[in-house]
Amino acid sequence: MSSLTNIVRKEFRELLTKSTIIPVILMALMFGYLGSMMGGIEEDVTAPPVIGLVDMDDGLMSDIAFDTLNESAVIVYEGTDLNAGLEAVDGAGGAALIYLPSNFTSDILAGARGHVEVYWLMKGAGMLDSISSTAVEILLNSVSYSISAYLVDESSDTAPAVVLSPLERSETTIFHDMEMTGVSPDLLVSILSSQSFAVPFIIMMIIIMAGGMVISSMGMEKENKTLETLLTLPVSRSSIVSGKLLASALVGLVMAGIYMIGFNYYMTSLEMSAEVDLAQYGLDLGPADYILVGASVFVSLVAALSMCMVLGTYAKNYKSAQTLTMPISLLAIIPMFLTMFKDFSTLPTVLQVLLFAIPFSHPMMAMKELMFGNYAMVIGGIAYVAAFAAVMVAISVWIFNTDRLLTGSVKGAGLARFLPRLKSR
Amino acid sequence: MNAIEVRDLVKDYGPFRAVKGISFEVREGEVFGLIGPNGAGKTTTLRVLATLLRVSSGSVHVFGKDLRKEPHEVRKIISYLPEDAGAYKNLTGREYLEFIARFFSTGKAADEMIRKGVEMASLEDRIDDRVDTYSKGMTRRLLVSRALMTDPKLTILDELTSGLDVINAQEIRRTVKDISERGTTVLLSSHNMLEVELMCDRIALINDGRIVELGTPSELKSKHGASNIEEVFTRVVTA
Repeated sequence: MSSLTNIVRKEFRELLTKSTIIPVILMALMFGYLGSMMGGIEEDVTAPPVIGLVDMDDGLMSDIAFDTLNESAVIVYEGTDLNAGLEAVDGAGGAALIYLPSNFTSDILAGARGHVEVYWLMKGAGMLDSISSTAVEILLNSVSYSISAYLVDESSDTAPAVVLSPLERSETTIFHDMEMTGVSPDLLVSILSSQSFAVPFIIMMIIIMAGGMVISSMGMEKENKTLETLLTLPVSRSSIVSGKLLASALVGLVMAGIYMIGFNYYMTSLEMSAEVDLAQYGLDLGPADYILVGASVFVSLVAALSMCMVLGTYAKNYKSAQTLTMPISLLAIIPMFLTMFKDFSTLPTVLQVLLFAIPFSHPMMAMKELMFGNYAMVIGGIAYVAAFAAVMVAISVWIFNTDRLLTGSVKGAGLARFLPRLKSR
Repeated sequence: MNAIEVRDLVKDYGPFRAVKGISFEVREGEVFGLIGPNGAGKTTTLRVLATLLRVSSGSVHVFGKDLRKEPHEVRKIISYLPEDAGAYKNLTGREYLEFIARFFSTGKAADEMIRKGVEMASLEDRIDDRVDTYSKGMTRRLLVSRALMTDPKLTILDELTSGLDVINAQEIRRTVKDISERGTTVLLSSHNMLEVELMCDRIALINDGRIVELGTPSELKSKHGASNIEEVFTRVVTA
């Protein structure tokens, strides 16, 4: 064996360990799942949109509109009752109800633009939740095109501007039982983008950075051989655990503040100026809501840090501590992506369970959920994460009270404890 | 009252038994040495006495306090210096001593403890430099002063002068001897037989998790017809 091969073998053995491979496999699986989710969204885009049509006109132009819509959409309601139409579309999981008023045909034939009212039934405010509304937008463009074609064929006297763009539209978005007049799903998603994008990103950064600090602190204590001294000082194990958690939490919050300032500037430069004030629809946060958001962030941070403390007890040194941050990073990245792209309510059940189970998801979703009055979800999340954090702190203190912190796990220890019990039976 | 009373101490690491039922006492004010080959169970015994490892079976009392029931009380009266201990590298020597002193005392008493630690460390102006700039000898002096400045009733010192040059080793031995003369009980382990012979009132020789000899240096030398403890060690271990 050559010297080079010898060194390569040694390096491989050192670098290719379970702790380096498992996170990569998990990451690959996560991307695989995200890929299949994206595939599902692609199917949503190519599938004909589900809509309803309230035709109060029943004239020539509304017939053209119906024929065009019928070619590319599944029309689950056609009639004259707006409420019945909305119920039918909602029941079928549809995206929109199109309302053609009684003067639709007469207006167009008189050279004016035909008015179309679109009632959007929005399911979620995630970036991918507005995909179905995009499909309906395409349909409406087709209707406009068909009417333009008719007007051209008939060589009508209509003004060219109206021939090219024969429809005018008003929009109402219905989301979480709220009717928002003049608001389209795209606009709503855009306005809520800071909740959809910035909050999950900042929470992820806090968790990864503060969590990394706790794990590294444990790794450093072991590498610098200071842990043994610390454990023989007259200080309770719970104080050691709490002290480390509290310091990391405070540093994490300071870092979060710095990130938030920078990120706020970034988002402000990207955001479109909001044409509507969502507060008029109750879509804003009051002082009590902010307290709940703060509580959610705090308990999640404690949960993350105490989880890191448990992981940190496995760190042999600073290098191994860096590897141990991977599971925490994954648990922070997964909910960040999920909450960025989809609302909790629009996710498949399996993902909903996964998202709820990951304690870091809750502060990422809290602001948006509170905006839409979903207090049960937020308070339930806080309770769950607080319980999770309490269990993790208890496990940390327990580990600090055992030999494991200094000796690591001993192969066969579990079996050795189990065998005498078997023999005694 | 004995400073330490160990009865049938057993310590298991999973299926491996590191200490196999040892018993010994250390008298108050005594300097007691644990010697033995590598892997004999010395450090494990010291770590158990320092409350770092749990007792698998047997009993340990430190100044009458049951180690299993009152580990926190035991920690108040002991100090432990591990063989390869380190200090927080981002702190200065003085800050490190302050950090430790605040666990034992507050106010003027803590300040006095720190002053004593600074004096014992004999690092002069370097006491205000960061620990990561210290040599091995300087770090060890800082750690020894950390262990002794709190006036512990019992100090447990694992390989007190391991890896140090003769001058540093002598200084540290002198410091420990001084503190023992003022009444602190010292339990130490060392591979340096000369150090053990010079410092210890009594010695226990541990091999394969068991105490195989115990007595004063002169008793052991006379029993084995040896001229020094190194010879005793070699004869007992290779027998």
